[in-house]
Amino acid sequence: MEIAFVLEKFVFITVIFALSLVVAMYSTLAERKIAAFLQDRVGPNRAGPGGMFQPLADGVKMFLKEEIIPTQSNKFLFIAGPSLAILTACIGSAVIPWGQDVVLFGKTIALQATDINVGILYIFGVVSLGVYGVMIGGWASNNKFSLMGAIRAASQNISYEIPMGLSIIALLLLTNSLSLKDIAEQQHGFNWNVFYQPLGFLIFLICSFAETNRTPFDLPECETELVGGYHTEYSSMKLGFYLFAEYINMFVSSAVMATLYFGGYNYPGMDFVNSLIGPTWGPLFGMGVLFLKIFAFIFFFMWVRWTIPRFRYDQLMNLGWKVLIPLAIANIVLTGVVIALVNKF
Amino acid sequence: MEALSNRKKVLEQKPMNFWERIYLPAIFQGMAITFRHMFKKKETIYYPEVQREFSENWRGMHSLKRDEDGRERCTACGLCALSCPAEAITMVAAERKKGEEALYREEKYAAVYEINMLRCIFCGLCEEACPKEAIYLDGPIVPSDYLRKDFIYGKDKLVEQPFNSKA
Repeated sequence: MEIAFVLEKFVFITVIFALSLVVAMYSTLAERKIAAFLQDRVGPNRAGPGGMFQPLADGVKMFLKEEIIPTQSNKFLFIAGPSLAILTACIGSAVIPWGQDVVLFGKTIALQATDINVGILYIFGVVSLGVYGVMIGGWASNNKFSLMGAIRAASQNISYEIPMGLSIIALLLLTNSLSLKDIAEQQHGFNWNVFYQPLGFLIFLICSFAETNRTPFDLPECETELVGGYHTEYSSMKLGFYLFAEYINMFVSSAVMATLYFGGYNYPGMDFVNSLIGPTWGPLFGMGVLFLKIFAFIFFFMWVRWTIPRFRYDQLMNLGWKVLIPLAIANIVLTGVVIALVNKF
Repeated sequence: MEALSNRKKVLEQKPMNFWERIYLPAIFQGMAITFRHMFKKKETIYYPEVQREFSENWRGMHSLKRDEDGRERCTACGLCALSCPAEAITMVAAERKKGEEALYREEKYAAVYEINMLRCIFCGLCEEACPKEAIYLDGPIVPSDYLRKDFIYGKDKLVEQPFNSKA
């Protein structure tokens, strides 16, 4: 029994890990395709039908590139940077509930790697670790541009973690639980949190753009000012890891947003569908719905990237400290007052 | 002082109102514009498969012409090489032997005629200088290659195919 459980978790985690890697891999293609479509172009279309094998070609290219470690750099930290970036990006998906319990081969399996009761805090911890990969890499490069990029990344991530956390507090007032599984279950059907917390969702969305270093918050790798930002000195697959970590981060934060605010695997009419197609396919269908939401968010990330120009540094700080934090606090107060009034009457 | 033209307009900078200051409407407007572009006709020309139409006065790869009897028109006078501002053209002249009258129109012809396509700036001065109407820049785009030596085009690539080739 014990071994069966370990095996089951092992298989599940492997599947989720592989899925997030594949999604991240094809996000790189999707990014280039969407960029092209938004600019009336066709995008990569030579490798395979419609450019389907472009990510593979890019990966092979990355592996075959010459690997340069600057002589003046700190070798250990130089290698630790990208490793940490990709590690923290990958472990974030551990607490995300991918679906309701599914009956497979006569066994009930939870579609979640682990349901720890402080799931949200875990996500926050992992996200704030993410900046260490960037910082260490930028510092170890011993290059002024890299250092500037790393400093920007650090200050930006710290500034935007605060409103992100505050926007979550308003959500927690509503859910009374830190477990992502509970939060997902509470949004059964069409009872999604975004209808109760639109402002909180907006703040969370803006902050997750900043946390994943996506445009309009991509100052850490701002080419026009900083050459390549924190990964100026990186080459070969270590550069690939940094770029790849960004896409995994995007996938995980899309999953978190979908779970926290857009009902996760819940969709209107799910009870009817579940009774129709049974306890095996019902939850799997729900998982498909969750993935649809995630893809919608990833598309949104890219759509915004190819629409909005980059912030200036002072605008970034203004938005973070003078707009988002007061807004998030106001949101907490408002939510608290409304909940108190609703409970009273 | 009187203005030269009356087109000058004083720009009025109004302070932004609330909706302008929160930026979100402007962002949604911009995103609507980019989204509409998703469904527009793509401007791309799929180059190697589809070629763009050239204009009338397009100057591409050179070709050395033949006359109506299929003889090479070039008489190796060297005026094209002289006129070439990029010094891309070199040639070696030779005398026509007996029995070669079907090959070359004049008594003198170019035994070797080379154009360095990396030097050539496609100005068309050789075309203008030629008294025999032997060279024209009416070809396609010069294809890419890996080595510099492969861009020196000899007569094998430049002379146009005889139009009544006995095949």
